[in-house]
Amino acid sequence: MAEAQNLPAGSTTAGSIAVAAESTVATRMSAPPSFDVADFPVPHGREEEWRFTPLERLRGLHDGTAIATGDGVRVDVEAPEGVTVETVGRDDERLGRAGTPVDRVAAQAYSSFEKASVVTVPKETALTEPIRISVHGQGGTAFGHQVVELGAFAEAVVVIDHTGDAVLAANVDYVLGDGAKLTVVSIQDWDEKAVHVAQHNALIGRDASFKSVVVTFGGDVVRLHPRVTYAATGGEAELFGLYFTDKGQHQEHRLLVDHNTPHCKSNVAYKGALQGDQAHAVWIGDVLIQAAAEGTDTYEMNRNLVLTDGARVDSVPNLEIETGEIAGAGHASATGRFDDEQLFYLMARGIPEIEARRLVVRGFFAELVQQIGLPDVEERLITKIEAELEASL
Amino acid sequence: MATLEIRDLHVSVEADNATKEILKGVDLTVKQGETHAIMGPNGSGKSTLAYSLAGHPKYTITGGTVTLDGEDVLEMSVDERARAGLFLAMQYPVEIPGVSVSNFLRTSATAVRGEAPKLRTWVKEVKEAMQRLNMDPAFAERNVNEGFSGGEKKRHEILQLELLRPKIAILDETDSGLDVDALRIVSEGVNRVRESGDVGTLLITHYTRILRYIKPDHVHVFAGGRIVESGGPELADKLEAEGYESYTKGGASA
Repeated sequence: MAEAQNLPAGSTTAGSIAVAAESTVATRMSAPPSFDVADFPVPHGREEEWRFTPLERLRGLHDGTAIATGDGVRVDVEAPEGVTVETVGRDDERLGRAGTPVDRVAAQAYSSFEKASVVTVPKETALTEPIRISVHGQGGTAFGHQVVELGAFAEAVVVIDHTGDAVLAANVDYVLGDGAKLTVVSIQDWDEKAVHVAQHNALIGRDASFKSVVVTFGGDVVRLHPRVTYAATGGEAELFGLYFTDKGQHQEHRLLVDHNTPHCKSNVAYKGALQGDQAHAVWIGDVLIQAAAEGTDTYEMNRNLVLTDGARVDSVPNLEIETGEIAGAGHASATGRFDDEQLFYLMARGIPEIEARRLVVRGFFAELVQQIGLPDVEERLITKIEAELEASL
Repeated sequence: MATLEIRDLHVSVEADNATKEILKGVDLTVKQGETHAIMGPNGSGKSTLAYSLAGHPKYTITGGTVTLDGEDVLEMSVDERARAGLFLAMQYPVEIPGVSVSNFLRTSATAVRGEAPKLRTWVKEVKEAMQRLNMDPAFAERNVNEGFSGGEKKRHEILQLELLRPKIAILDETDSGLDVDALRIVSEGVNRVRESGDVGTLLITHYTRILRYIKPDHVHVFAGGRIVESGGPELADKLEAEGYESYTKGGASA
């Protein structure tokens, strides 16, 4: 595959490093983080954090004209025994602890939601069955807030499934106690008109590990902002993502891993396939290693496979390092076309064109899908990928 | 008996907004069981012949015919040619990330044979073929050509040749970049397929070295986009002694 390595992407640095004088991750945002929507000006589209997003398709989420309707989304939580599921009011003190909204839509969501859902796994409880949260769009507009909290040494898998049609802005908080292990799979399998903008905040306790798998297939506009910070040393974050961007869709994943604490790890791997006219995928991967975060080990990677003409990818890895005392840091971004030479090679072995394309796309995603570790989710993803391909070939 | 017939083949490529004719009237008949060596200097069009026969989209056929048992090869798509019994062992096999060798081989064998090979016999068949080529079983789980050494790539090509059992095999500089041991192993693989008597082989090479292991019935000298001289194995000895100079200077290719 023809790959344009985005240097210094792909390089691994350890030891001598030029130190950034000031974090552009923080300063390039047009306003500091805030829970209040009034603290953010209405974006006009030229701001760094909005420049890739089609504001006119956000259905008013960014400018205050989107109003919650009764028929927004229906949220159902299916949880194994031992898990507490609560619906709470705005004043519940457990809300908003994992992170603060960083843009106007997230702040709008925080300022507008009426009820929040709080799912708690008590300390030292290891679940054997996943917690399943279904968010089903019913055609209206909604603002949401979801909290998933794991006590110390608790272990859980959470699958959040977004389906149907909705205009949804939301914040999701993941709070991991010391030594906790949380895997979250967020699937965006929306109908084609849906608009979904959300900020995911993970706060990782001492020696805790967090694995996020973000899977985006559907929707007109999906813009997600997974963010990770560490509450204490020894935390680990793995952020995996997979998207299949079709004709006319805008799918944007903006990640931030804020290494603010020594001896934490992060690994980011997002892969996307695109096909069709005006298919647009955006991947922003920000990793910040603060001066205090000695012993950090981080790697981030984004790969895109462009299957047809007319699709567009913007992939921007960004690594800022304020200390040289780290274990490792690297990033890579590559966008390749489905290569005519690969196609020729496979066809020269008798494999028909459709099957050859299927083989390559399946192969492209396979490694990532295998890291999910949930057989039913894996199977569903493979089926979905096949269906997406089927539709295009 | 399968026969590949190439008649007055003309092929061009587009380069720098100009059309350049590379093959200027190639005539050749390869029958099942025969081995033809095509030898020539760099740039003479040998690889173009190989890739044109396989149907690479980069090359435009501007004249002539190619038939396999009377069927018009030039009308077939790339995969149809392979299923009809043409095989091209490539000089530079491409990497296919995420596709394992075992998955690739099985998909390919299923396509060429018209049905999925029975799993039990297939596993054994692949394992034995790999053993004969001195390939580590772990090889099957690697991605196609990804991170392969030059020798591994060529062994993998010959592995496919053994498993797909084509009527006509075109080996494009399979010997290039191989050390003596690898050359011997690869040549033994080719010879096993040849000994079956079912395959016609078109061995394209720059060097005579491989002809010590794979004995051709016919040797053709390729220069200036066509065959300029044909003979028996003795022609290779002459090339070994004299090189291509007499063919590239004026006369022969004009």
